[in-house]
Amino acid sequence: MSPVLSGVLQLLALVAALALSYRPLGDYMARVYSSEKHLRAEKLIYRTIGADPDAGMRWPAYLRGVLAFSVAGVLFLYLLQRIQGVLPDSLSLGFTAISPDQAFNTAASFVANTNWQSYSGEQAMGHAVQTLGLAVQNFVSAAVGIAVAVALVRGFARSRTGELGNFWADLVRGTVRILIPLSVIGATVLVACGAIQNFSGIHEIGQLTGGTQQVNGGAVASQEVIKELGTNGGGYFNANSAHPFENPNAFSNLFEIFLILVIPFALTRTFGKLVGNVKQGYAILAAMGVIWLGFTALMMWTEYAHHGAALQAAGGAMEGKEQRFGVGASAIFATTTTLTSTGAVDSFHSSFTGLGGGLTLLSMMLGEIAPGGVGSGLYGMLVMAIIAVFIAGLMVGRTPEYLGKKIGTREIKLAACYILITPTLVLGFTALSMALSSPPGSILNVKGNSVDGSGAHGFSEVLYAFTSGANNNGSAFAGLNANTPWYNTTIGLAMLLGRFLPMVFVLALAGSLAEQTPVPETAGTLRTEKPLFAGLLVGAILIITGLTYFPALALGPMAEGLS
Amino acid sequence: MNNSVRSTARLVGAGLRALLVLTVVCGVIYPLVVTGIAQAAFHDKANGSEVKAGGKSAGSERLGQSYTLEAKDKDGNPLPDPKFFQPRPSAAGPNAENTKYQLIVSGASNLAADSKTLLDSVKQRRADVAAFNHADPSAVPVDALTASASGLDPDISPAYARLQAKRVAEANGLPAGKVEKLVEDHADGRILGFMGEERVNVLKLNIALRELAGAGGKR
Repeated sequence: MSPVLSGVLQLLALVAALALSYRPLGDYMARVYSSEKHLRAEKLIYRTIGADPDAGMRWPAYLRGVLAFSVAGVLFLYLLQRIQGVLPDSLSLGFTAISPDQAFNTAASFVANTNWQSYSGEQAMGHAVQTLGLAVQNFVSAAVGIAVAVALVRGFARSRTGELGNFWADLVRGTVRILIPLSVIGATVLVACGAIQNFSGIHEIGQLTGGTQQVNGGAVASQEVIKELGTNGGGYFNANSAHPFENPNAFSNLFEIFLILVIPFALTRTFGKLVGNVKQGYAILAAMGVIWLGFTALMMWTEYAHHGAALQAAGGAMEGKEQRFGVGASAIFATTTTLTSTGAVDSFHSSFTGLGGGLTLLSMMLGEIAPGGVGSGLYGMLVMAIIAVFIAGLMVGRTPEYLGKKIGTREIKLAACYILITPTLVLGFTALSMALSSPPGSILNVKGNSVDGSGAHGFSEVLYAFTSGANNNGSAFAGLNANTPWYNTTIGLAMLLGRFLPMVFVLALAGSLAEQTPVPETAGTLRTEKPLFAGLLVGAILIITGLTYFPALALGPMAEGLS
Repeated sequence: MNNSVRSTARLVGAGLRALLVLTVVCGVIYPLVVTGIAQAAFHDKANGSEVKAGGKSAGSERLGQSYTLEAKDKDGNPLPDPKFFQPRPSAAGPNAENTKYQLIVSGASNLAADSKTLLDSVKQRRADVAAFNHADPSAVPVDALTASASGLDPDISPAYARLQAKRVAEANGLPAGKVEKLVEDHADGRILGFMGEERVNVLKLNIALRELAGAGGKR
């Protein structure tokens, strides 16, 4: 079998697995978020928090819940890293405290569902930080994302009320009823493939030629599964999902890609169920699916073609890729991780072809909505749907409506603010980093540097870092040494603002929609469940992203691809 | 003012309590349950898939190792041992920050596709691998010329293993046919026929090779 055929078959197998899980998982999640009953364990949790899970919240109260919980998360994670040096060796593995700027960066990163890592897991973080801190945020930051998406969906589904549900109930249910059960199953599968799961710490094993080598032990499989399922992406090890202990074989690799995609895609079904029309969900799914498949096909093509002087000389794009995965599966993983907010990697994007690296960048720049992060993908796509409806309304001169709600001045202002935040952060911070004199010292592939590449690639490294941070992806063109006070601080800020400012506008939008009286459907209503609308939506996304980022892309990956 | 400070504090307090209780659920109970299942059902895999050779631990079948001589080349890198099958090039780094451990830090070169450094090392590796194995430079497969993603890649392509078979047989005083058969026996196909790439686990191959050489009485 040729490598290309094997790549295509793996893609088809993935699509089939996702199709099979779409309805059961989507329907289950719809039930989770509309059920009136509380599990006994959940009641215990609500009592500890001191929250009434049945109290309806208007959008400002819902937002305050999100922010309070996230502030607590940042503080806790920061402190945990700062006190690592005084923890007993069994918890810290003897690693010292993390420096203040790096601890801030990491705390912001994991709370913001980004998992940008300026540290190397195996030489910095002990059991306590990894398992009690980072892995916990992998669960709860994902649950926060789904909660905000569900609140927006309720804004469409409800009328003449300002209430969007209860944040604490949504947070706890997402964690207890969705993420944990799926993670237990997934972690077991990964261990069966060969991922490690123990608490033996760092210990010595033998070598064939004599002597010993040191290897890590740790709760790797349990963290790996939620890292993918919650579209977080922060690896236990520096090499992330390329490390054999995280991703032991070709099946686990495909399984991890499946885990990344399964919730974001299925949430479109949940959305359809909750607004009472599953076809609306299919239209959103179609737009997501078309972009994901299109980008994956392009990525596979360019990686198999292996443009670039060094890759041509080697005869294939295997630099920074593992033998057991090969080029095809690595390409699928790369598109998937950047089109969602995951950022886990099973191969290193910096060594991809110029076009392939550009595609990973562009995938993130789309706003990570195809299918996007858990929750954030759905609310990002719904905001784009509002923009698309608005554009269509302008063309025919009608007040736009979506799902029976009028898209008026207030709604479109909120949607516009939403789509402006990330580009502002990405382009602003990149420009600042390139303009200032000291930060460029971090760039690996600089022109004139002894580690020569082209200047374009060096610019791409910086652009990639802020795109990844502000979009809450977390993957890197890892040539950039990001563990400096400048990058730790600015990327930390980009991650927090890129996560929580959009949530402010999404929740305000949800509140405004929930207050409306629905308008009856007429012959002139745009049919948003039809293929025409899905096409319009894809067009709007590509045009808006293209116009926003074209100049920056031209300076980086395009210049590299043409050189 | 005072009121809003107090209500903010109350809210963050609720956030903190929520975080702590969810930390117990997701950070203590969940990993312990998974560890329990893993240790009971997949004890060896959960502990790192250690393999033994001659009754002693020979490493993990998931992690690549180096097979080198004491002697060093002009850059100070240890020379490859001709008696063993060699793994892919590795860009994994030494432990720089926490010197308490001799851990190898996993990772890739991150060099760009058009990087001159990468181009030079690819050319150098092609020449070195060809000379080391007495093979035609154009026959050297891509996995022998490029560094892996983890730097710990346990596998090589069957093509690279076949390329090394003759040199390995010579160095061990074994008939080439026997070593070539060993390679074919250790070549793993794609999972279910289509997932990933064909590969040979270098450690397992070298263990089998040593047994073969030991049985032949020539070491």
